[in-house]
Amino acid sequence: MLAFLISAIRLGMTFLFGSTGETITEKSGHLNLGIPGVMCVGASCGCYAEYLYLSQMREMRITASPFLAILIPIVATLAGGALMGLIFSFLTVSLRANQNVTGLALTTFGIGVSDYMISETGPIYSKGSRYFTEPLPFADELGIVGEILFSHGVLIYLSIIIALLTSFVLNHTRIGLNLRSVGEDPAAADAAGINVSLYRYSATCIGSAIAGLSGLSFIMDYLNGNWEYCIDAIGWLCIALVIFTVWKPNLAIIGSILFGALYIVSSYITGISFAAKELFEMLPYVVTIIVLVFTSARDSKNSQPPKSLGLPYFREER
Amino acid sequence: MNNNVAIELKNISKSFGGNMANKNVNLTVNRGEILSILGENGSGKTTLMNMISGIYFPDEGQIFINGEEVAIRSPKDAFKYGIGMIHQHFKLIDVFSATENIILGLNEKGRYNLKAAAMRVKEISDKYGFDIDPMKKIHEMSVSEKQTVEIIKVLYRGADILILDEPTAVLTPQETQKLFAIIRRMKEDGKSIIIITHKLHEVLSLSDKVAVLRKGEYVGTVETAKTNESELTEMMVGKKISLNIERSEPENCEHRLVVNGLNCVNREGKKILNDISFVARSGEILGIAGIAGSGQRELLEAIAGLQHINDGEILYNNPKTHSCDNLRDKTPLQIRDLGVRLSFVPEDRLGMGLVGNMDIVDNMMLRSYHKGKSLFLERKQPKDLALHIIEDLEVVTPNENTPVRRLSGGNIQKILVGREIASAPTVLMAAYPVRGLDIGASYTIYNLLNSQKKKGVAVIFVGEDLDVLIELCDRILVIGSGSITGVVDARNTTKEEIGLLMTKTVSNEGKESE
Repeated sequence: MLAFLISAIRLGMTFLFGSTGETITEKSGHLNLGIPGVMCVGASCGCYAEYLYLSQMREMRITASPFLAILIPIVATLAGGALMGLIFSFLTVSLRANQNVTGLALTTFGIGVSDYMISETGPIYSKGSRYFTEPLPFADELGIVGEILFSHGVLIYLSIIIALLTSFVLNHTRIGLNLRSVGEDPAAADAAGINVSLYRYSATCIGSAIAGLSGLSFIMDYLNGNWEYCIDAIGWLCIALVIFTVWKPNLAIIGSILFGALYIVSSYITGISFAAKELFEMLPYVVTIIVLVFTSARDSKNSQPPKSLGLPYFREER
Repeated sequence: MNNNVAIELKNISKSFGGNMANKNVNLTVNRGEILSILGENGSGKTTLMNMISGIYFPDEGQIFINGEEVAIRSPKDAFKYGIGMIHQHFKLIDVFSATENIILGLNEKGRYNLKAAAMRVKEISDKYGFDIDPMKKIHEMSVSEKQTVEIIKVLYRGADILILDEPTAVLTPQETQKLFAIIRRMKEDGKSIIIITHKLHEVLSLSDKVAVLRKGEYVGTVETAKTNESELTEMMVGKKISLNIERSEPENCEHRLVVNGLNCVNREGKKILNDISFVARSGEILGIAGIAGSGQRELLEAIAGLQHINDGEILYNNPKTHSCDNLRDKTPLQIRDLGVRLSFVPEDRLGMGLVGNMDIVDNMMLRSYHKGKSLFLERKQPKDLALHIIEDLEVVTPNENTPVRRLSGGNIQKILVGREIASAPTVLMAAYPVRGLDIGASYTIYNLLNSQKKKGVAVIFVGEDLDVLIELCDRILVIGSGSITGVVDARNTTKEEIGLLMTKTVSNEGKESE
C-alpha cells in the first residue's frame, strides 16, 4: 500500500509538469496538442545533455558533481521544450496555421526527434538517474510521513513549486490577469492595449518548457533512467489532466496524484488478466470524460475552458 | 491655430483590398464638445474611429492631438494620447469582474491590488453619476451595466477624448436618457466626445456638431443648432427621402396565429416564457417591444419549432386549406412548409440563418436544397433569386459569389430578410431586422414588411427602436421578463407608456431582466 502511494505520487508529479505547462499555454488561448511531442523532445534533450556531461567527466576522470548532473539536464530540457513551443507559436501566430493540425504534427515530429536523439546517446545518461531519485536528507528520520512526503527526488518538489507559483501568477498578478484575458477574448485584450502575440508566444514557450520537464522526470525519476517509448501516452494524460482539474494548477497537484494512482493501480492488483489491466489504464480518461460532462452540464462560468481556446486571432480580420 | 482643439484629422484615407473605406476625411473636435458622426452603413464610420483608436492604421493623412502630429499604431498608443473608445460590441471579458476588466492591460506602478482599483472605480462612478458594483462579474450584468463598465474603463485610463460607437443601439429609452446625462456631465468636465449613431433625434438633442460621411467620403460638418433632420438625411443619403413610414389600415384581418398559455423553461430550469397568449392577424403588423433578453427570441423560436414548449398551444389557421393546426406537434421543417417564416438578426448579425463563409447563392440554397430532384445541386434557381434580391434590395456587393461575411451588416440583413420574403410566407417573423442599420437600409426593410402586410401576411416585428415600432406597427405587444405586460394600439400610444410597460415586471421581481 505504501509503495503504491509513493509510486502514485512519483508518477503523478510527472504529470503535474505537463498539466501545469499545458494550463499556462491554454490560458493564452493556445490548444497545444503537441505536448506529447514536447515532452519527448524535452526528455531526450535532457538525457542527451546528461550523456554529454557524464561522458565528459568520465573522460577527464573527474567525479561528476550531483548539482551539475541535475542542473544541466534540466536546463537542456527547458531549452528543448521552449524551442518546441516557439515552433508551435511561430506556426500558429505568425504563419496563422491551424492549432490542432500544428499540435498533432509537433507530436509526431517530437516522437521522431527524440527516438533519433536517444539512439545517438550511449546508455551512460541513465547513470544520472540516481542524482534525480536521491531523497531529501531528513526523509529517513520521519518514519512513514517522511517516506511518503520527503523520499522523492528533487523534480517532484520542483513540480509542486511550479504549480503553486503558476496558480499564484495566474490569479494574483497583473501578468496573470492579462494572460487570462488573452485566452478569454483576444480582441478585448487587444483593445485594452495588451500585446496578444507576445503573450501567446511567451505563454506557449514557457508552458512547453515546463511540460518538457514532465518527460525528463518520467524517464530519470519514475523509470530510473530507462528510456521507454511511451512518453507520448503520458502526454495525452497531461492534457486530460488539464481538463480534469478545470484549468487550475493548484487543483492539479491533487488531480495528478489521483491520475498517477489510477494509472498504476492495475499493477498492484493481483490476479487480473492482461486485458483487464488495459481497462484499468483507461480509468484516467474515463474520469476526465465524466468531469467534462459535469462541468458542461452545470454550465458554471467559473469552470469553463478559456473562451478562445484553439481560436486564432488576427486584428484586422473582419 | 485654435488651441482649444483636442483632436484633428486631416485627409485621412484607408482602403481594404480594393474597397475604399475612408477617403479624405477631415474632422476637428474641441475640448468640451460633442461631435456626432453620421453616415449610412458601410460609410466608414467605424473604420474611421478604429483608426483613431489604433485598431487600424490609416493609409494616408495626418492626425493631430492637442496640435501635435501623432502616429497611433496600437490601442496602447491611443491610450497614451488620451483616446478611449467604447466599442459597439463590448470588448469585455465575461468571467472577469468589472474592476478586473477596467484595469486590464494597465501597467500601474505598485503592487497589483484589486481592492484599491475597485475604490478608484467607485470614485469615478460617483463623480459622473454611474451606478455600478465594481466586483460584479460581467456575465451577470445587463447590457447597460456592461456599457457603463466600458465607459469607466476609458475614464480610468484618463481618457480626454471618448469615442462611443452606437452606444444607444442596445438601450431602453430610460437608459438612453441616463447615458446622455452622463455624456453631458463629461462634456462639462472638459472631455471631447465623438458619438457614432444612426438615430437623428439623438444627434439633434445631444451633439454640438455633426460630421457626415457617405460611402467613405467626407461630406461635411454642420453645427447642430443650424440644421434639421431632413437636411442631415439628405447629406447622408445624397438624396431626399421621406422620413415617414406609410401605414395602411389593416385589411382582411383573420386570426392567423393564436397562441394560448405558452410556457417555456430553459436548460438551466429558469422560466423564460410565462403564460403567453396573443393573436397574430393576417394583413397586420404586430410589434413586440421589450428589453433585450426578455423572451422575444424564445417566443419566436417556439413558434418556429426551435424551442421546446413545456405547456400551451400555438394554433395556425391555414388560409389555403382552412384547417387549424397546432404547431407544437410539428417539426421546424413542417412549420416552414406551412409558410411560417422566421428571420432573426442576432446581436452579432451572423449567428442565425446565414453562413458567413458561403456566398450569397449558397446561402439562398440553404433554404431550398432539399427540394432538388437530381443527385447534384441545382445552382441556377438560387442564383436567379440571389441576383433578384441583390437588385431589388440594392445590396452592395462585388457579385453574387462573395462570401456573406465580407459584406457590411446592413447588406447581410437585406439578404437574410430578402430570402425569407422570397418564399411567399403566410406568417413572417422578423426579429431586429434593422439592427444597426442606417436610415436608407432601414426604410427598405420597413417597406418590405409593409408590402408583405398588404399581401395579407401576418407580420410579427420585434424591434428595438420604439419610435419605429409606434410608426410601423398596428398593435404592439410589450413583453417583460417572459410575460406579456400589455398590448397597446400603436396608433394611440406613447414611447413613455411602452417604456413603462417594458420595465413593469422587472421592477416587481427584482433585477431579472437578463
